[in-house]
Amino acid sequence: MELTLWTYEGPPHIGAMRIATSMKKLHYVLHAPQGDTYADLLFTMIERRGSRPPVTYTTFQARDLGGDTAELVKGHLKEAVDRFNPEALLVGESCTAELIQDQPGSLAKGMGFDIPIVSLELPAYSKKENWGGSETFYQIVRNLLKDHSKESKQTWQEEKRRPRVNLLGPTLLGFRCRDDILEIQKLLGQHGIDVNVVAPLGASPADIIRIPDADVNVCLYPEIAESTCIWLERNLNIPFTTTVPLGVGATQDFLRELHEVLGMEIPQSVNESNNSKLTWYSNSVDSNYLTGKRVFIFGDGTHALAAARIANEELGFKVVGLGTYSREMARKVRPAAKELGLEALITNDYLEVEEAIKETSPELVLGTQMERHSAKRLGIPCAVISTPMHVQDVPARYSPQMGWEGANVIFDDWVHPLMMGLEEHLIGMFKHDFEFVDGHQSHLGHLGGKGNQNVNQEVKTKNSIDSTTSNTDPIWTHEGERELSKIPFFVRGKVRRNTENYARQAGCREINEETLYDAKAHYKA
Amino acid sequence: MSGATLLKESGPREVFCGLTSIVWLHRRMPDAFFLVVGSRTCAHLIQSAAGVMIFAEPRFGTAILEERDLAGLADAHDELNRVVKNLLARRPEIKTLFLVGSCPSEVIKIDLSRVAENLNIELKGQVTVLNYSGSGIETTFTQGEDGALKALIPLMPKCDQKKLLLVGTLANAVEDRLISIFNRLGIGNVESFPPRQSTELPAIGPETKVLLTQPYLTDTARELKSRGAEIIEAPFPLGVTGSTLWIQAAANSFGIEKSLVDSILNPLISRAKQALAPHVKKLSGKKLFLLPESQLEIPLARFLSNECGMEIVEIGTPYLNRDLMKAEIDLLPPDCRIVEGQHVEKQLDRVRDSSPDLVVCGMGLANPLEAEGISTKWSIEMVFSPIHGIDQASDLAELFSRPLRRHDILNPKTLTSN
Repeated sequence: MELTLWTYEGPPHIGAMRIATSMKKLHYVLHAPQGDTYADLLFTMIERRGSRPPVTYTTFQARDLGGDTAELVKGHLKEAVDRFNPEALLVGESCTAELIQDQPGSLAKGMGFDIPIVSLELPAYSKKENWGGSETFYQIVRNLLKDHSKESKQTWQEEKRRPRVNLLGPTLLGFRCRDDILEIQKLLGQHGIDVNVVAPLGASPADIIRIPDADVNVCLYPEIAESTCIWLERNLNIPFTTTVPLGVGATQDFLRELHEVLGMEIPQSVNESNNSKLTWYSNSVDSNYLTGKRVFIFGDGTHALAAARIANEELGFKVVGLGTYSREMARKVRPAAKELGLEALITNDYLEVEEAIKETSPELVLGTQMERHSAKRLGIPCAVISTPMHVQDVPARYSPQMGWEGANVIFDDWVHPLMMGLEEHLIGMFKHDFEFVDGHQSHLGHLGGKGNQNVNQEVKTKNSIDSTTSNTDPIWTHEGERELSKIPFFVRGKVRRNTENYARQAGCREINEETLYDAKAHYKA
Repeated sequence: MSGATLLKESGPREVFCGLTSIVWLHRRMPDAFFLVVGSRTCAHLIQSAAGVMIFAEPRFGTAILEERDLAGLADAHDELNRVVKNLLARRPEIKTLFLVGSCPSEVIKIDLSRVAENLNIELKGQVTVLNYSGSGIETTFTQGEDGALKALIPLMPKCDQKKLLLVGTLANAVEDRLISIFNRLGIGNVESFPPRQSTELPAIGPETKVLLTQPYLTDTARELKSRGAEIIEAPFPLGVTGSTLWIQAAANSFGIEKSLVDSILNPLISRAKQALAPHVKKLSGKKLFLLPESQLEIPLARFLSNECGMEIVEIGTPYLNRDLMKAEIDLLPPDCRIVEGQHVEKQLDRVRDSSPDLVVCGMGLANPLEAEGISTKWSIEMVFSPIHGIDQASDLAELFSRPLRRHDILNPKTLTSN
């Protein structure tokens, strides 16, 4: 049993709903009690969908449990097929139905429907949403393509046509998937590559059957599509790309990989520096102030990994924390963190993440909506890079993360919460003027002095607790406090802690201006 | 009963389960913690319905059952014991802990009352541990509050004083206002249940007269009766008429003179009617369809038809308690169609066929209906907003006139019309 106040991922059947609702002409009969219908609002409220998810909930009640729940399931199955007339039917159960073991999938298969039935087994007590999405997509593809012959087909060169690929993995409630697809289609178009099928988002079962017409699969979101891509490679000989085109470097690598897998020559344009404005903006003099900005990264595996690379290589930040809530991606995130000299934080506990943010005193947090709230409490700027989705993550404007335009969006989204470079200099210069209020941020930053004071207060109270035990609490002199106030607020708490620790070690009763510099030298050494 | 047509329907339902009521209960009693014993689905439901992210640490959470708990590798009761103790160590300010049963905990038959009992012995009064079920196989949305209140009743002390007890969660400001009106009527001893602090439970006895503020408290009313209290029969305090009859019923029961009641209420009534007028103008003659969810559907329909002139197409209600609703149903216009239960697909067919001007529905259905050009109002808003009492009647009406006003602003008529 695990105490959870908030969770990054829903249960696995929510993942299945994301696939079902992303697709067309598919219906999902979900054996579940009435409360589970809350899931509809994820799509109709967060994504502002103007149609209901194609889901029939059996909404069994306690009084049904004494009787024949199997008959109840069959009734709903028949009604759903009659009413919605889908090309294929998904059948599954949520956590409670899993316990009563009606096996709705087998029931559906015995009812003589003349459409493919995809039966889902998603263990609700051990797996989560992304796993459920991945498994559902895999089961749909496998079921619909199981009779497809493996015979080797002609290559695009032999058929004298343009190469074509499938874009696999985008779903509803996935981070900016809607716009990523458009951006990647545009990018591929520029390189003479056609898109055969995009799935699951916007695909019908008939489209899934066309997947083998492509030369290569592009695995855009490994959390959802990797297992499907592996199956398609093993069983239908369709190779897939593994680079996710998030950021300038990754987009270049993606294009190189794709050209290589397709047997195309890599065009020179891939390496040009003006594909995305991120490159020049990052080189421009104003961005000098971005150098070494301490950044804490947490999100789903794919976006966290990409963010670490962009932060480190393309913006010149210093990554001080890297983690993910997706255990399935831990295998990839751990070595990436290690390369940055960090230990990856793999957890589903947002309080642990908040603690880690406090501990590392970053200047920018790149996280989920939950980290945005944590960062707000701590007075640290934040940009959202990953699911779980919030209504703010479905902007009205075109706002991809992938490809060249995605890199532009990322530059803006990450840099705007920080103070602009020139502004920061001016603030440093005028800091001691009477008009200046400490903790001031530009109109682009979203924190005031209040959050910053909270951090300090918290540090103070913590110290006062410590002092009762250690009994050697050093006292800050007026000069010491004044010098400390000159230190940027986001590291002030850490400097205060370090200086006090140093003072204790060194046996100083008082902390003055010099102690502060002594401590600084001590920790730098 | 009046000429209302009562129908029953079954099929796929689209309603929240009782866990959802934690969303307002935890705000009412800030010293209580609600621990759902359930699955990741339960946790996800509550956070999706409640916007949990704004809290540093919310006063509700879920003990998520895992494979080991189901396979019997771990004793679920011991595990729950461990989780509770960790929680209490972390949150020493908790005075009352509600263990809330869910669909999975009911199906695998975790005995929450036993866990609560053992914990109460162990914790020796430091925290009171209670249990109730908010499971979707047994409860709908607001019924969760019924369960939570019922669980508190045995802890209410006994008393023989004459008092008025308002039962059901109200917004604090509305509660203060209603109490001050009763005081002016000469009813000085007025208390509320649930109280604002879980430990300050009102006393109860044969001289306690109960006035229900909410229509979903079936079990609570029954338990209060069994503790000797008298339930005052009245419609619910929504709208001018409902609130007036509600206050009058209490006044009658306390033997307050009619002339005093009239002298106090009449100015409030005429003022409220004045404030209501612009909304009546907007709502009058418009067709209303209420889908089942909050259990407030019948009183709302009564208010919107009788006082705002709306035409009721259908009133959906998750379940119908004929005793508690009798006074309400009597006030409904003749031939009103009340449908108990739900077949969401068939009901939506009827919505489309009747082309209503406004549909009251759950959050999952609102945007799909809006996309079809049908204005909607979320029923969950009724349980969050201060809508009770004579003074709030125009605010309540405004909740329904706003979507219509907005629709007119965004869809100006191209043809000249009146």
